[in-house]
Amino acid sequence: MAPVDAAALLAGALLLLGPAALVLGPRRAAAIYAAAALLCALVAGLGLTALLTGATSTTVLPIGLPWLGAHLRLDPLAAVFTLLLGLGGAAASLSAIGYFRHEPAPMRVLPFFPAFLGAMLAVLIADDAFSFLMSWEVMSLLSWALVMVHHREAETRTAGFVYLMMAAFGTMALLLAFGLMAGPAGGYGFDAIRAVPRSPLVTAVILGLMLLGAGSKAGLAPLHVWLPLAHPAAPSPVSALMSAVMTKVALYAFLRVVFDLMGPAAWWASPVVILLGAATAVLGILLAMIETDIKRVLACSTIENIGVIFAAVGLAMAFRADGMPAAAALALTAALFHAFNHMAMKSLLFLGAGAVLGATGTRMLDRMGGLIHRMPVTAALMLLGVTAIAALPPLNGFASEWLVFQAVLLSPGLPQPVLQMLVPAAGGLLALAAALAAAAFVRLYGVAFLGRPRSDAAATAPEADRPTLIAMGALGALCVFAGLLPGIVLDALAPVSAQLTGANLPQQAGQPWLTLVPIAATRSTYNGLLVAIFIAISGGLVAVAVHRFASRALRRAPAWDCGFPLNDPTTQYGAGSFAQPLRRVLGAPLLGARETVLMPPPGDLSPARLTVSVGDPVWQALYAPLAQGVTRLSIWANRFQFLTIRRYLSLVFASLVLLLLGLTLWA
Amino acid sequence: MGLILALLVQGLQMALVIALAPLLTGLVRKVKARLTRRRGASILQPWRDILRLLRKEAVLAQNASWLFRAAPYLIFAATWVAAALVPTFATGLQFSWTADLIAIVALLGSARFYLALAGMDVGTAFGGLGASREMMIATIAEPAMLLITFSLALVAGSTQLSTIAAVMASPAVGLRVSLGMGLVALVIVALAENARIPVDNPSTHLELTMVHEAMVLEYSGRHLAMIELAAALKLLLYVSLIACVFFPWGIAGPGTGLFAHLAAVAIYLGKLALGGTALAMFETSVAKMRVFRVPDFLGIALMLGLLGTLLLFVSRGL
Repeated sequence: MAPVDAAALLAGALLLLGPAALVLGPRRAAAIYAAAALLCALVAGLGLTALLTGATSTTVLPIGLPWLGAHLRLDPLAAVFTLLLGLGGAAASLSAIGYFRHEPAPMRVLPFFPAFLGAMLAVLIADDAFSFLMSWEVMSLLSWALVMVHHREAETRTAGFVYLMMAAFGTMALLLAFGLMAGPAGGYGFDAIRAVPRSPLVTAVILGLMLLGAGSKAGLAPLHVWLPLAHPAAPSPVSALMSAVMTKVALYAFLRVVFDLMGPAAWWASPVVILLGAATAVLGILLAMIETDIKRVLACSTIENIGVIFAAVGLAMAFRADGMPAAAALALTAALFHAFNHMAMKSLLFLGAGAVLGATGTRMLDRMGGLIHRMPVTAALMLLGVTAIAALPPLNGFASEWLVFQAVLLSPGLPQPVLQMLVPAAGGLLALAAALAAAAFVRLYGVAFLGRPRSDAAATAPEADRPTLIAMGALGALCVFAGLLPGIVLDALAPVSAQLTGANLPQQAGQPWLTLVPIAATRSTYNGLLVAIFIAISGGLVAVAVHRFASRALRRAPAWDCGFPLNDPTTQYGAGSFAQPLRRVLGAPLLGARETVLMPPPGDLSPARLTVSVGDPVWQALYAPLAQGVTRLSIWANRFQFLTIRRYLSLVFASLVLLLLGLTLWA
Repeated sequence: MGLILALLVQGLQMALVIALAPLLTGLVRKVKARLTRRRGASILQPWRDILRLLRKEAVLAQNASWLFRAAPYLIFAATWVAAALVPTFATGLQFSWTADLIAIVALLGSARFYLALAGMDVGTAFGGLGASREMMIATIAEPAMLLITFSLALVAGSTQLSTIAAVMASPAVGLRVSLGMGLVALVIVALAENARIPVDNPSTHLELTMVHEAMVLEYSGRHLAMIELAAALKLLLYVSLIACVFFPWGIAGPGTGLFAHLAAVAIYLGKLALGGTALAMFETSVAKMRVFRVPDFLGIALMLGLLGTLLLFVSRGL
């Protein structure tokens, strides 16, 4: 059986697991999630073998449009995302076994969950526009159903509404993009689309539509606003899937069209993507710094990582357009590597956030604290996750960001002055985003897991269930593996960069000490494994030496706190207070954050109040006026509901005349 | 023979940085004291303090977790590894290719990340205050550092410190505006990263303006010793970095003999003494800034870094 047939079979099995769940009912929930996890593990294995062999297989199924059928194809690009989907899906399904045991409405999740996974897989292997868009829409709607699980909460309903609007808008943009690509002959198979020659203008329009369509699903600014609403509203394993995997499916759509289907783009398309990516990264992480809901922080950090990935993709576009295939391969590999890493760490973090939510019953950071004592395993794994996502060596987040910076440093080779100036500036923005990520995740971890509990629920929180811990442990192992041995991952990604850019990075496997050498050994090298070993050896030796030869005495005492320890746990720094310096420094100019202090006059005993108002500037600048306009238009259009019969008739007649007039003038 | 010498140099460097770091801190304190007409303690005093702290029992807050106890060793190890990879007196370090400049800066970022977490672990107001401000300062200092790295990489064609040092020492580079901007920016970043005046005051306590000291307030005994040693190492690292990149003369290259290495050690000691004295003189001549003025100060570094990079794009000769 060819790999693509196996993939189709697995997608079908996952899609059918949904209806099967309806029949089997909630009693068999654990078995169904276990089956989904198993199927996802098979998907991951399939993706890995297809990626390592680098082979392409195609097939046509007799479903879909009668004259077209469903074309399916598994090439290296699809394979790498299949691997991502399999790994992320397996972890989320495993965690779902434990998580949904205490779900009040299990049947609102159970049928949709495996089908959602199957739909994403179908998007990845689709090889014609019809099956692609069909699967895409099924994926969108199923994820919407999963967002709406807790539909009695007003917040969830708002999130669902905004998500549905954005999803519809995105699909519309994709529809137009594929319509443009198919051209007048109407060949909807991807091989027919590849063969059509296009003018630069058409290519640019397609690129713009892809930025709208795939960008809105991925969370690219300014189309990111639904993401911090919808991802947290879903149950945590679903949030993990949406943030870690579905955004990557959107990235896949973008790469498939821009690098494969639409043909070469002009160089001036790339600065748009680079700038959008860098701006998205900074905006996303700045929002994460300010949000006080643990899952919203994670969702905003997804926006940041998507920005980093798109900036790298934009770099790859620039290098490709300017005939620097080796540099393009580096930038593209960096983007794919970061996508892989983000899948692992964001799944880990969302599953951990789900465990915290299950244990404390709240998503608000300011009601947590001290969870490291109550949930030691979750806390240790989450520590791994935040270290990875804050782009700190020796874990994987740093390895991929380091590669992105190496790609940025190749920009002097670009011939266009615009790009030469813009790329280092974008690099500075990416560095700012990385530094902000460290701050945001110190805040998340410090407020939720460290310090003293801020509520009774936090003080009595139980440890997470075992399936979730196993899933988190596996993802943590993946983070460590990709961080210490990035060369292996890069070598595995080689077929993809060869497919899309026609070039490869230097082979990493033969490098001494498994060092990462993206360009040349004299230029830049990094060895995560040795760094980790050095830190472990020197830290361990020093600790042993100190305990052996100096002192090992230890005494517990009340906290010192400069002599004024306060018992009230609210005197600790919380989510809001930790964010305050950065909110003032960066939030005020970039997000329009305002602080107003209400100070009662002397003698007045009423409390002083500090009010902070901050929001997403994009929402206020773009979406609020849009929503207002739509409301106004519908109120105006509402008048047509109450006309007299004469007016209706004259309206019909007038439109007929206008149409005929238009037709005559056209001819 | 070459490998043995390289390993020897690497080992010597690791021992040297750790032996010298507290002495550099002591020197800065001594010069500051002399400048304010005090006698000041001996420059061995930081070493004595560390040894004394190591022998004392550690007092742990009741609420402290394992992270609080593990963090000092982790912070120390990360800083030590970073300091061991910066060429001080020789470029032929056996493991210099383990991490380039970006990775060295990020290693220091790891140390800071864990220090900030440790600051929040006990759950006191001061710890959170220090952590929050430290991360704010780092948020602006890190991109500035990266832009400096960019301009260095544009000149040297590499982010590898040993290559950068070799290129900078060659006559091909000469005086450049962009490098001057890079130097100023790097000095500003170094002041901020090491919690020196005007960004932070290393000798303050019981004051709402402290940043670094607020984070380590709950530490005592051997844990505090590790953190103090790491802080001293970080100062040494930045002085060595500035010396290695902007004043690379006298660094022994790979393959030079024993005598060249000995001479290089002497020259390196001279550079450290000069750097420490300059820092002390600067610190006595300026006042500490308000916390919310610090971003403006660091913004200068950010702008200089960006300008330096852009200048290099306008003309490679600038």
